[in-house]
Amino acid sequence: MSAAAQPERPARATRPARPAPVAPAMDLQALITDPETRIVVCCGAGGVGKTTTSAALALAAAEAGRTVVVLTIDPARRLAQSLGLVELDNEPRRVEVPGADGELHAMMLDMKRTFDDIVTAHSTPERGQAILENPFYQTLSSSFSGTQEYMAMEKLGQLRASDQWDLIIVDTPPSRSALDFLDAPNRMSRFLDGTMIRLLTAPSRSGFKIASAGFMFFSRIISKILGGQLLRDISAFVAALDTMFGGFRERATATYELLRRPGTWFVVVATPEPDALREASYFVDRLSAEGMPLAGLVVNRTHPPATTALSATRAEGAAEEVAEAGGPGAGLAAAALRVHAERMLLATREQHLADRFTSAHPEVAVRTVPAAAGDVHDLDGLRGMADALTGADDDTPTGTPRTRVLPARRA
Amino acid sequence: MSPDSSPVRLHVVTGKGGTGKTTVAAALALALASDGRTVLLVETEGRQGVAQLFDTPPLPYEERRVAVTRGGGEVKALAIDVEEALLDYLDMFYNLRRAGRALRKMGAIDFATSIAPGLRDVLITGKVKEAVTRRHDGRPVYDAVVVDAPPTGRITRFLNVTNEMGQLARSGPIKTQSDGVMAVLRSPQTAVHLVTLLEDMPVQETADAIDELTKAELPVGSVIVNMATEPVLPVEELTRAAEGRLTGADLAPALAAAHLTGGPELAQALVAEVTEHARRWAGQDALRDEVEALGRPTIELPLLTGPMDLGSLFELAARLEDHLRTEVAAA
Repeated sequence: MSAAAQPERPARATRPARPAPVAPAMDLQALITDPETRIVVCCGAGGVGKTTTSAALALAAAEAGRTVVVLTIDPARRLAQSLGLVELDNEPRRVEVPGADGELHAMMLDMKRTFDDIVTAHSTPERGQAILENPFYQTLSSSFSGTQEYMAMEKLGQLRASDQWDLIIVDTPPSRSALDFLDAPNRMSRFLDGTMIRLLTAPSRSGFKIASAGFMFFSRIISKILGGQLLRDISAFVAALDTMFGGFRERATATYELLRRPGTWFVVVATPEPDALREASYFVDRLSAEGMPLAGLVVNRTHPPATTALSATRAEGAAEEVAEAGGPGAGLAAAALRVHAERMLLATREQHLADRFTSAHPEVAVRTVPAAAGDVHDLDGLRGMADALTGADDDTPTGTPRTRVLPARRA
Repeated sequence: MSPDSSPVRLHVVTGKGGTGKTTVAAALALALASDGRTVLLVETEGRQGVAQLFDTPPLPYEERRVAVTRGGGEVKALAIDVEEALLDYLDMFYNLRRAGRALRKMGAIDFATSIAPGLRDVLITGKVKEAVTRRHDGRPVYDAVVVDAPPTGRITRFLNVTNEMGQLARSGPIKTQSDGVMAVLRSPQTAVHLVTLLEDMPVQETADAIDELTKAELPVGSVIVNMATEPVLPVEELTRAAEGRLTGADLAPALAAAHLTGGPELAQALVAEVTEHARRWAGQDALRDEVEALGRPTIELPLLTGPMDLGSLFELAARLEDHLRTEVAAA
């Protein structure tokens, strides 16, 4: 895809090429073992490996002696099974990690259940029942576009309040945009507490009301669009909700504030693809605007070559020479050189995309995580990923720092 | 045979996040636009991914040409803006465009679309249906419409608008509108294609989505396997490498014969890369059976190493075109 995280500035084309800025290294081992670190939020676009990253970090933290819980949103089945998450009971479960000094707990978010629990916990049985049976509530709690994000925040607040864990690692919902995780709870509370809903539902609460012409008009349009039944359901829902517990807004604000407290860190996850890095870029800007602490960027599923001594072009040429020279094993060796040439091309493209991100965000620390040959779906697979996430920056077979896919070109 | 002599005119492309469904939708639009046809590519998620793929400025809520194909065909693209679609709708049915603009200022439009998540979907699918059925001089304006749809997790809810609205608005014009949309979506004119990778979770989600779509009586089209590793070695060598039985000694003599410097280290590094390549291929190959078991027509698209540009899109389009031809021939 031709557009990347940031558009290329035109001035750069005319200047001699400068080496791309080098990203600072990210020390996740120090981050997760620091007792001051209480919450780590993994965010990023859909399909970049947030769930596996969260689980791998939690495993590494447990092995380093911490009592950690990982809140996952939508894990792959085999990964969920390997974490013992076969039952959807919306409560953390201990995962046996042989030889770990600490404890690993894992849970999978059930958004409807979390919402139902809030309703039940904050109302009388009869009122609670009325809300749970309201058709509008049922739609809201199972399919409103921000419910999952809101409930993930809610659950995070609950886990933090219980003080049972010294580290909570949160995976974020597979939203359309990574920013939804930050925006949805506020959007939802704004809408539940907002003027619109008060206007709409005012008649049902005060018996009758002399409404302004503007409001009548508005109400008529909304009824036209949505049908009258929906408005009656919403009215009943809001009336029941209102007497039940304090505003949704305060609740959402409280959980949002939790994310700004010291001890909370964000880890942005992306794959070396323009879309994912663009999302990561938006997210980094947003975190900085909100004053939320960013640990750094994980570039997941990179393809670093096993040797950087032979470029793609030279490997292609060598493959031809080997094939021409013939002899036993020539076909195999030529194929191996072609595998290497493709690998170098892929790695070059990935490094280029990572460099563009770093040009726009030179202060953001980076860690690359090589793609596993197969799916990560058991503790061993997670441990492999945990090593890649938390290992020393220069501890690689080729000596290329883990900040990068390919070594930096010398100026 | 031309690629679209099949009855399908509405191609809905879905897939798990990260499977490349926008790229596949764009390539499919190019494939369908060959031989002078006119195709509309609709973006529903407001990400401007289509504009980025075709390297054009962000798309307005307007049908814009983004590519021409051989034989004078063309692909137009439309990024649906839900608020604009609602204003269109108010205008069409109530002559209320100006009032609608005032409502938007009050935040009422945002309110209406968030209060009823299904409303958003009704408006988007309503616009899609309009494009599919639009006629000019007795002919359809578009030979085909390709929709870059929401991901597999939401696709059935997105398309099953009648059901969704039935829960919310049991009467009213939106209900009538959504019934009309359903009639098109359930007809043989429509095919829902699923993009997957040869990885556990996308394949699982594809299977789940096919079940859900079938239950909702929505027509399932092809399974498109994206970014498949193309084997560089013969299968028996791949199997040997995947089992970890390839060694530096297997490569060293041939490398030396061609006077390559680097010695055993190079041979060792190449073995490591070939082994990984073989294991990735073997892992993917194991999932091919699961994809086949889905019982849908399947096509594989390779992982392209270069940057994704218009040239790569045409490369993928050529493969999709072949697939469409064989599909039509088999039907």
